Amino acid sequence: MAILDVKDLKVTFETPDGTVEAVKGIDLTIAAGECLGIVGESGSGKSQTFMAAMGLLTRNGRAAGSIRFEGTELVGLPPAKANRIRGAAMSMIFQDPLTALTPHLTVGAQLREVLSAHRNMRGREAEALCLDWLDRVRIPDARRRIGQYPHELSGGMRQRVMIAMAMLCQPRLLIADEPTTALDVTVQAEILDLMAAIQRDEGTAIALITHDMGVVARMCDRIQVMRHGRFVEEGTAEAIFGAPQHEYTQMLLRAMPRIDAPAATPATARREERLLRVEDVKVHFPINVGGGIFGRTVALKAVDGVSFDVNAGETLGIVGESGCGKSTLARAVLQLIPPSAGSVSWLGQDIAGLSRRALNRHRKDLQIVFQDPLASLDPRMTIAESIGEPLRTFQPGLSRSERRTEVLAMMDRVGLPPIMMNRYPHELSGGQNQRVGIARAMINKPKLIVCDEAVSALDVSIQAQVIALLKELQSEFGMSMIFISHDLSVIREISHRILVLYLGRIVELADRDRLYDQPLHPYTKALISAVPIPDPRIERSRQRIRIPGELPSPMQPGAQLRFLPSRRDDPGYLPRLEEPEPGHFVAEHDALDVILAQGAPVA
Amino acid sequence: MTQIQTRTDRIAEATTDAAIHGRSLWRDALNRFLRNRAAVAAVIALVLVVAFVLIGPAFSRFSNEEIDWALMGDVAGQGGPSLANGHYFGLDELGRDLYARTIQATGTSLTVGIIGAAVAVIIGTLYGAFAGYVGGSTDNLMMRAVDILLAVPSMFIIILLLVMFGRSFSMLFVGIGAVSWLEMSRIVRGQTLSLRGREFIEAARAAGVSTPKIILRHIVPNLMGVVVVYATLLVPQIILTESFISFLGLGVQEPATSLGALISAGASTITFGTVWQLAFPLFFFLVTIISLFFIGDGLRDALDPKDR
Repeated sequence: MAILDVKDLKVTFETPDGTVEAVKGIDLTIAAGECLGIVGESGSGKSQTFMAAMGLLTRNGRAAGSIRFEGTELVGLPPAKANRIRGAAMSMIFQDPLTALTPHLTVGAQLREVLSAHRNMRGREAEALCLDWLDRVRIPDARRRIGQYPHELSGGMRQRVMIAMAMLCQPRLLIADEPTTALDVTVQAEILDLMAAIQRDEGTAIALITHDMGVVARMCDRIQVMRHGRFVEEGTAEAIFGAPQHEYTQMLLRAMPRIDAPAATPATARREERLLRVEDVKVHFPINVGGGIFGRTVALKAVDGVSFDVNAGETLGIVGESGCGKSTLARAVLQLIPPSAGSVSWLGQDIAGLSRRALNRHRKDLQIVFQDPLASLDPRMTIAESIGEPLRTFQPGLSRSERRTEVLAMMDRVGLPPIMMNRYPHELSGGQNQRVGIARAMINKPKLIVCDEAVSALDVSIQAQVIALLKELQSEFGMSMIFISHDLSVIREISHRILVLYLGRIVELADRDRLYDQPLHPYTKALISAVPIPDPRIERSRQRIRIPGELPSPMQPGAQLRFLPSRRDDPGYLPRLEEPEPGHFVAEHDALDVILAQGAPVA
Repeated sequence: MTQIQTRTDRIAEATTDAAIHGRSLWRDALNRFLRNRAAVAAVIALVLVVAFVLIGPAFSRFSNEEIDWALMGDVAGQGGPSLANGHYFGLDELGRDLYARTIQATGTSLTVGIIGAAVAVIIGTLYGAFAGYVGGSTDNLMMRAVDILLAVPSMFIIILLLVMFGRSFSMLFVGIGAVSWLEMSRIVRGQTLSLRGREFIEAARAAGVSTPKIILRHIVPNLMGVVVVYATLLVPQIILTESFISFLGLGVQEPATSLGALISAGASTITFGTVWQLAFPLFFFLVTIISLFFIGDGLRDALDPKDR
């Protein structure tokens, strides 16, 4: 028996540029206790479908058609009546758990609010139920957490609180809108396990909205693939992954890099010519921790002694979870943030601490592509102006028309039609803007490009195109790359060697194939095992390595010793980097079972 | 049917046009502004006021300094507004033509407002953008100086300057300009701080663009939205300040006049029954101020649609 029954749903938005049809007449049903995956890229209308069901469309949005939840028509239901259903029988968790929780209320207060609104439950009874649910979503030390504010919790913890809040009234349907997109892979794996357990134990149906085929493969019984406001394909997980019918589904599956497939060959051969040498670089930020009149400053060690080198034509991948210092390291290499210690030598010359003017000569050869394509372009400049800006600095002799020719040639090279040259960034799609960013970085034919999460903000299909473009450019111009990403399957597609960062220090550095085939460090193993694979059969039978506890703050004493519990009595000790095989570096660590046996470190 | 067709044609035309030109953020803002009826009405009102100042003198039969000796003796009785004797707005208490005087006063007030705001905007923007972008101790030093200056009552400074150096038009600009850029620089600095961390500034630094060029090419254009809004709200504020000073008798000197001075004069003679001496200057004063406020409001909504 279907608990949610959607018939011919249309969602339209009135905008100054006319009416936009986000959802163009879809039918869908969710049976009790099943997990339905709604997959699609950004703008496919997948979120708006369920926003309409929850009655949460923005003011200019309108839903038409029929959404029946356990027989109650939801379209056009007055808010007072809708409030009795949403949050109680049907609840939702959102992508960003920080913005979805009210910052000035404690976790406990927000949980109790739900109970008092829907079940008229207050006081001790409510408190007990909240604690029970915090335990059930596996929040350690729930009694203490219940009095904390959202900002005191990590991203994964917040998402657990959101799930607990959504589950308090034991809803029959849980809508999860990209619940793990903002989280690290290892945390994502835990949250998905938790949701699967809830579905199994409570019999709650889950509507999982996501762009990630890997997540769907792990979780869902049935899948609906959505594009431009319509369903293009639907079926069981096995059918969709085993024999996709629609070309769009096939394209999505093809575009997603798989960590278990044979890796693509890198675009260029690594040459024996050292371009960049980074030695023991440290970046420490002074953080005021309060206390006394002026407070006390403590150094936040964002990058703490990292050494590596990059050869000509090589791509070095840097991978790590959020907060591990990958972006800071990249900026320190480019001297956008001055390193606190250590040296960065470029073509044999130390560039750390050079004056702006002296540094500018090297800037021509050292370029960067940023994560957010829209934010990295000046909104008031046309894209041709943005692309041409480095030319104005480094080749001031060029006339306006010569510069224009150069810019047009580069636009053509990165696949932007010349007719777009006077367009502004807000008129372009994310993928096009990222091409602009790449064109700007490439226009002076640099020797090294740093890609800081350059494809993370893009849809899967666009991501594949941008990676292909970067590889093409690399084989044509032979530049080296430092490719930073949190995504292990993406980084595998493009890198020669890979460096794994953990809290500002290297834990493992090896050739790509070696690192994925024979990872030595437990952290690397855990990362690799957490990456979802878009194939339900493989994905559901995989064994995951779960390191107990959470990613500690780098400010925490002894945080570095998470993988070396035998040394924990000496909190100042830093794990050394060893080289068990030539070219394969790994940080000192205890055996995996010792780490797994220790339990969560004391926070 | 034909209506729909012309509409799609128009859209098609607009899109092919856009493919070549691009639709800048300014263009978007203009479209949003034009949809705001109150703001558009305010622009029309302001244009009419400016037209009155520019074209008005052509219809005047008297200059602003001429005294109509024939009517001077009985201003309250015969000096009222009249089309027949050419004094459209009547006479002031000295027998001068109020129509010509109002034109002159409106012109003065608008000039003071616009020049004063322009001075404040230029100094404030550059000062604030520099302090915010450079940051560190330079920023601290520059902004604490602003704090200290802001702590002194501004009206006090202006009055002191006018008393010490004599009442003159240029001193009035100096006085008003000296105090009104302070707040501007604070707002601009705050905005710059948030812009400084954005990736496109970092991209410009990575591209080797020099600091002055980053400020002028990347920071200032992105501040323009805030600056324009603040400037349109600053113009009426400066007109009000000037009027207040003129009302106190310290502003512009005879024979020059401003709306504040005329209102002051009109208010003092209202007991003699010469209502027009207050009504006409006050009308132009209110129309100018209110339309500037509406324009400022409209610009804010247009330039920063998120901030409503």
